[in-house]
Amino acid sequence: MRLEPIANPSLARTTLPPLIAIMTTVVVASLLAMLAGANPFSVLGLILKGAFGSKFAALETLNRATPLIFTGLSVAVAFRARLWNIGAEAQLYAGALITVVLGTGALPWGAGALLPTLALGAMLAGALVLLVPALLKVRFGVDEVVTTLLFNFIFLLFISMLLEGPLKDPMGMGWPKSERLIAEARLPRMAEGLRLHWGFGLAIISAALVWVIQRRTTLGYEMRAVGLNRDAARFVGIPVNGVLIKTALLSGGLAALAGFSEVAGVKGSLTLDLSPGFGYTGIIVAMLALLNPLAVVAAALFVAGIFVGADSMSRAVGVPTYLADIMLATALLLMVLAILLTRFRVVRE
Amino acid sequence: MDMLDILLSASFWAAAIRIASPLIFATLGELICERAGVLNLGIEGIMVAGAFAGWMAVYSGTGLWTGVMVAMVVGMAFGLIHSVLTVPFGLSQHVVGLGVTLLATSSTYYAYRLALPEVTSPPKITAFQPFEIPILSDIPLIGPALFAQTPMTYLAFVLVGLVSIVLYRTPLGLALRAAGENPSAVEAQGLSVTGIRMGAVIVGSGFMAMGGAFLTMSAFDSFFFEMVNGRGWICIALVVFGAWKPGKALLGAVLFAAFDALQIRVQQTPLGADIPYQIFLMTPYVLSILALIVMSRRAEVPGALMVPFNKGER
Repeated sequence: MRLEPIANPSLARTTLPPLIAIMTTVVVASLLAMLAGANPFSVLGLILKGAFGSKFAALETLNRATPLIFTGLSVAVAFRARLWNIGAEAQLYAGALITVVLGTGALPWGAGALLPTLALGAMLAGALVLLVPALLKVRFGVDEVVTTLLFNFIFLLFISMLLEGPLKDPMGMGWPKSERLIAEARLPRMAEGLRLHWGFGLAIISAALVWVIQRRTTLGYEMRAVGLNRDAARFVGIPVNGVLIKTALLSGGLAALAGFSEVAGVKGSLTLDLSPGFGYTGIIVAMLALLNPLAVVAAALFVAGIFVGADSMSRAVGVPTYLADIMLATALLLMVLAILLTRFRVVRE
Repeated sequence: MDMLDILLSASFWAAAIRIASPLIFATLGELICERAGVLNLGIEGIMVAGAFAGWMAVYSGTGLWTGVMVAMVVGMAFGLIHSVLTVPFGLSQHVVGLGVTLLATSSTYYAYRLALPEVTSPPKITAFQPFEIPILSDIPLIGPALFAQTPMTYLAFVLVGLVSIVLYRTPLGLALRAAGENPSAVEAQGLSVTGIRMGAVIVGSGFMAMGGAFLTMSAFDSFFFEMVNGRGWICIALVVFGAWKPGKALLGAVLFAAFDALQIRVQQTPLGADIPYQIFLMTPYVLSILALIVMSRRAEVPGALMVPFNKGER
């Protein structure tokens, strides 16, 4: 078989493959639910209801989507320049670390000065964490996929070391957790009585800003050029290595905001289970959004909805929550294939 | 205990070889994939799936070797998914690989929960036992280290030799290496690049799963979540460290495992007691990164690694 580009794809060509991909994902999930002895229709219904069926559920989904928007943006920015940042998890924890280091009383400021400082400090920390693999890539040609992956393990152990050492809360009953943030360091709710913190607002603003950077600035143009064809970009005089470093700083900073927002908006302190893999899930979010920063918001809501919905479904009928991860992996693999098939046709030899 | 005493003890080297064994299987698997031109980031998840599948098969009553076969077949199934998407369709090997890791890991955890819904601690199986090879195991130092291991370790070493011979001494190996260096030349010979690459990814994934199975059937006797713990990613670094050559990769895995065995022992010395244990746990990952930096200038990357091949395209 051979792939042949389609010059003028029809409407059916551009819409059918993604649709079939989503339907296949649903069928796979149904079969797996049946395997677990549950009624597939009720399982899918319960997931939907658990994700969006009530005000409480919808707010829970928005809260869960918040860190995913940040990590999704981080990955989208990096992948667009073909910088394979798989280390959003480490960068997230770097942001969370700075938030608790500065936000537990070290800076006795009002919220108006403290919160922006924490956010910027977090971004700086995340940027530095990704700077190391980026420098190794441009200086020594070391593949950033492996280094960023390995950094996730190293950084989590580093956090664990701090939480059992200098950062340990003396009142924490022996648990490895940090002290709690002071009140001024907590992100306020977006409206009175609404269980949604300003991290979500910050995520939406970030998505818009990233879109502006990518579409309306020279840096954004250079990032895309470097991602499309590195040699061609170098040929027309774009400083490829410099662009890759800038991309890394932006990407690392965005992932770190997820850590800031989770600590300052939700948890109030740092523990080792702050992130159930938000960094890795960001890759799925970014891919489902086709690396478009605005679509990242929608993709994050979709992914968060599946997780929140699967949690509530699992509590109700006992099908393991891992069904959510299987659905996302299936959706990811089928979606990249479907997107390809909207532009190419398969020709038999 | 003195550092020299550690390095001269047979038990230390026996541990190093034991720790190296799963890495040898998986590194070989990744090497086969990359030599044919495909980066397989599914490795981490495929190792998880292999660890579970082999152990579950034995727990449900099959023999140990049948369990190894089951693990291998499960790994090959995930390899098939990976290869269909990355080879004929030429999709991003990064994205597909990470997707396969997520798919393999989550389906394994799902299957575990379905198979053992009630248990709090996973059941144990009777794992492979060390088998002392007569005469050879009596050699001082080397004997207990090399020739009193479990049969799966011997298999790992045999596979290194086998893969070397196939890669460098057979037409199949030549075609496989050419598919990773210069696919157009392979096609000009009337061979199918797609077929060779898919075959390499499927077989390589089978090896990765056997590496996972070593953990549950030889190193331990039970399955735990998170038990693979980044070993797959370390193996990707080991392939680079081994300059894409089976013998060097074996050496790298043993060297790496020796450092790992050493840090466990240093942890138990008075000096080690003063250092946070996380520092020791970090060493394998830090070593992998250092190895990548050291080798980066010398490594001979397969020319067409991560370059999809579409016939008729020049």
